[in-house]
Amino acid sequence: MSATISRGQIPGGVRDMKMAEQLSRSRSRKNMIAKTLCMSATAVALAFLAAILGTLFWLGFSGIHWSVFTQVTKPPGSGGGLLNAIVGSLIQTVIGTAIGTPIGLMVGTYLAEYSAGSVLGNAVRFVSDVLLSAPSILIGLFIYEIFVAPFGGFSGFAGCLALAVIVIPIVVRTTEDMLQLIPTALREAAVALGAPKWKAVVFVCYRAALNGIATGILLAIARVAGETAPLLFTSLGNLNWSVNMSEPMSSLPVTIYQYAGSPFDDWVQLAWVGALLITFGVLALNIVARFVLKPRS
Amino acid sequence: MSQSAIAASPARPKGKSSSLGDLIFATIAKSAGVLVLVILSAIIISLFIGGLPAFRAYGPNFLINPDWDPVNQIFGAAVPIYGTLITAVLAIVMAVPLAFGSAFYLTEMAPDWFRRPVGTAIELLAAVPSIIYGMWGFFIVVPIMGDYIQPFLIDNLGDLPMIGALFQGPAFGTGILTSALILAIMILPFIAATMRDVFMTVPPVFKESAYGVGCTTWEVMRSIVLPYTRVSVVGGIMLGLGRALGETMAVTFVIGNTNRISTSLFGPGNTIASIVALEFPESPAGSLKLSALLALGFLLFVISFIVLAISRFMLRTKVKS
Amino acid sequence: MSTTNDSAVRANIGAMEAKSSEALNALRIAIKNVDFYYGTNKALKGINLDLPDKQVTGMIGPSGCGKSTLLRVLNRMYDLYPGQRAEGAVMMDGENILDPGVDVNQLRSRIGMVFQKPTPFPMSIYDNIAFGVKLHEKLSKSEMDERVEWALTHAALWGEAKDRLQASAMGMSGGQQQRLCIARTIATRPEVILFDEPTSALDPISTLKIEELIDELKHDFTIAIVTHNMQQAARCADQVAFFYLGELVEVGTATQMFTAPREKRTQEYITGRFG
Repeated sequence: MSATISRGQIPGGVRDMKMAEQLSRSRSRKNMIAKTLCMSATAVALAFLAAILGTLFWLGFSGIHWSVFTQVTKPPGSGGGLLNAIVGSLIQTVIGTAIGTPIGLMVGTYLAEYSAGSVLGNAVRFVSDVLLSAPSILIGLFIYEIFVAPFGGFSGFAGCLALAVIVIPIVVRTTEDMLQLIPTALREAAVALGAPKWKAVVFVCYRAALNGIATGILLAIARVAGETAPLLFTSLGNLNWSVNMSEPMSSLPVTIYQYAGSPFDDWVQLAWVGALLITFGVLALNIVARFVLKPRS
Repeated sequence: MSQSAIAASPARPKGKSSSLGDLIFATIAKSAGVLVLVILSAIIISLFIGGLPAFRAYGPNFLINPDWDPVNQIFGAAVPIYGTLITAVLAIVMAVPLAFGSAFYLTEMAPDWFRRPVGTAIELLAAVPSIIYGMWGFFIVVPIMGDYIQPFLIDNLGDLPMIGALFQGPAFGTGILTSALILAIMILPFIAATMRDVFMTVPPVFKESAYGVGCTTWEVMRSIVLPYTRVSVVGGIMLGLGRALGETMAVTFVIGNTNRISTSLFGPGNTIASIVALEFPESPAGSLKLSALLALGFLLFVISFIVLAISRFMLRTKVKS
Repeated sequence: MSTTNDSAVRANIGAMEAKSSEALNALRIAIKNVDFYYGTNKALKGINLDLPDKQVTGMIGPSGCGKSTLLRVLNRMYDLYPGQRAEGAVMMDGENILDPGVDVNQLRSRIGMVFQKPTPFPMSIYDNIAFGVKLHEKLSKSEMDERVEWALTHAALWGEAKDRLQASAMGMSGGQQQRLCIARTIATRPEVILFDEPTSALDPISTLKIEELIDELKHDFTIAIVTHNMQQAARCADQVAFFYLGELVEVGTATQMFTAPREKRTQEYITGRFG
């Protein structure tokens, strides 16, 4: 028996170079087509972003005056600005985040440190994920049903509650993910020194996860700052100046919504300014969260 | 104190038991978890109870009745349900190829220095609030649709048998197709980001062995990456679908707010979210109309919940591992 | 001639054993008939071991034989994980530390542990050391400063750390971080220090420094060290315990274990028959 197998003995016969080349060319072509399509798809996606940002700047920038920041919303034709809307948005965003963050933090801590595969833990995680992507208009309806309707009145506080409900699942997800990244040895090292579990979590784990949790909070703020639908049913909007939490309160997204759909040019212009302000703020928060905070972790 | 004195000084007194602190903290954490469950249940229950008068008044007919008649107090959910489903499905059809292409580009084709900025740009697209999309859609996309795209499609496709009916009617620029387009642009970054994350979970050794036998990039994607990530990819698409179903502001400006089901894609309509947003200001508390809106909200929640639950099931099994 | 040689050798061995049994009389910890379970899996079977005061006990054996498990019994670390439980008694100062009524946090300030991978807290060097102390004692700022200096000195880290006390601990090298963990552990003035393979993640120079440190530390603390490295046990330990498949096979002085082990399994492990 020969020790070597000559090419002709392998099934399929001698290699057909012509066929191989043909196949190779057709495969290359398909590859080229696929790659080109994918590049185009990315270009299209980026083009949309550029178009939106470009439009905002083009139409909104020219409307930026001091009056936007110093005057409240006024009837069409009498000038006016967006002061009450800006302030109202700031108030509701800050308070909504302030209410939702501790709750989200505690839930995330529960999931990462205490639930350990229990049925309750899995249920909470599931529900939190559902709430994360639930339509925000339904959260607005919910707060309307349990807070506005029974107590008679749209209020800034109801708006804060709606935003808080939106904040909670975002913070839960980030907190749980960040805490789970912490190596077990670090926790055990704190416990080995005699720290009760809660001190190990608060003084060691939270510190180690701080960057990630802060990123989550910033992203939550960016998300709720731009929410319109939940506020339509809770704080309603207010064309006058008001910082009273038990009265309807103005907010930037709701004002934009009212102005943009109106037939008045000056209102529409202000809507573009407002849109530019919100987008700028939201994107700035995102960039800070992703670039300033994250690399340090 | 000298060094040896430190080592020899008397032992500390027995401290108070710290199990109280542990108990309090653990209880707070667990209660917070339970609170989340309570919130979800409360949402479902309050929407259901609020919508109960409408359910009782109209029965199962509510779901298929296309009327929305405030004068005669007859409200049916068929038009908003139809609008919700069709805009979301069309949005997915338009968004998925673009999202897939972007994800493929980001994971397999982009040079390293380009990857981060492009990925970030796509994530920023996801961060833009939906009202901005609505405004942009209304002021920019609608005129383009009305002046160029819709007439083009009507002229060229409107006379074809069967599918021609989809492309007929006056070209206002608004309508189902425009809404779906805006939605598509909105959900595109979510799906793209999820796909990208999922593609990156493929162990490099799988791809390398495919490249090693001479596969092209496209073939590696098609025969290795996609099969490996199939379930999560579908999960990501369903996540995008869930978002599209519930979007309010992006759609309200451009859908045309008309309560009928039109055969043409250019015809106006309503989604559940848009009708709730638009009709709420004129719905007095306790009225049947408000109840109908809440009933619609309940239906939307049920639909979203199912879609999101399926999506999560598909995503958790792969991405978390 | 053989008789005189024999008796001289025997006298020597007798003297050595007398010295070690003298040391063995002062016991810090007595482990009595300890069983340990991971769920239904019995990982430790009837362990009886005495840890003499101010001596180094080395624990050797192949992977998975239970030596780290035993270490984690001593500071009740397994309490963190439901489904893990220990039976038997571990006596220290007349008290059984496995008793549920024992204050575990206090216990852990008396029995400290240094882990395999250095685990500095994300804080400054000073705060790392102060963390454990603050859990159990109220010290003034100057007292705390003294304690930090004492701990760092005894961990052979004071020279390198004294000018950077407020700097983050994360910026130190692996060997420095491990010495920081040792300093952190001794800062609470424990009576016993448990080392769980403390040098397996370190380079040879850092390893040597830590072994020298352990040699110094044994003057003030009772030490138990789990190691995969037999030579390390031979270098550092006064008493060596060999574990195999959850059982304590043999205990003896380092000299005796490595030159004249009594059990066949010990002999086989030492000579590398299995590992």
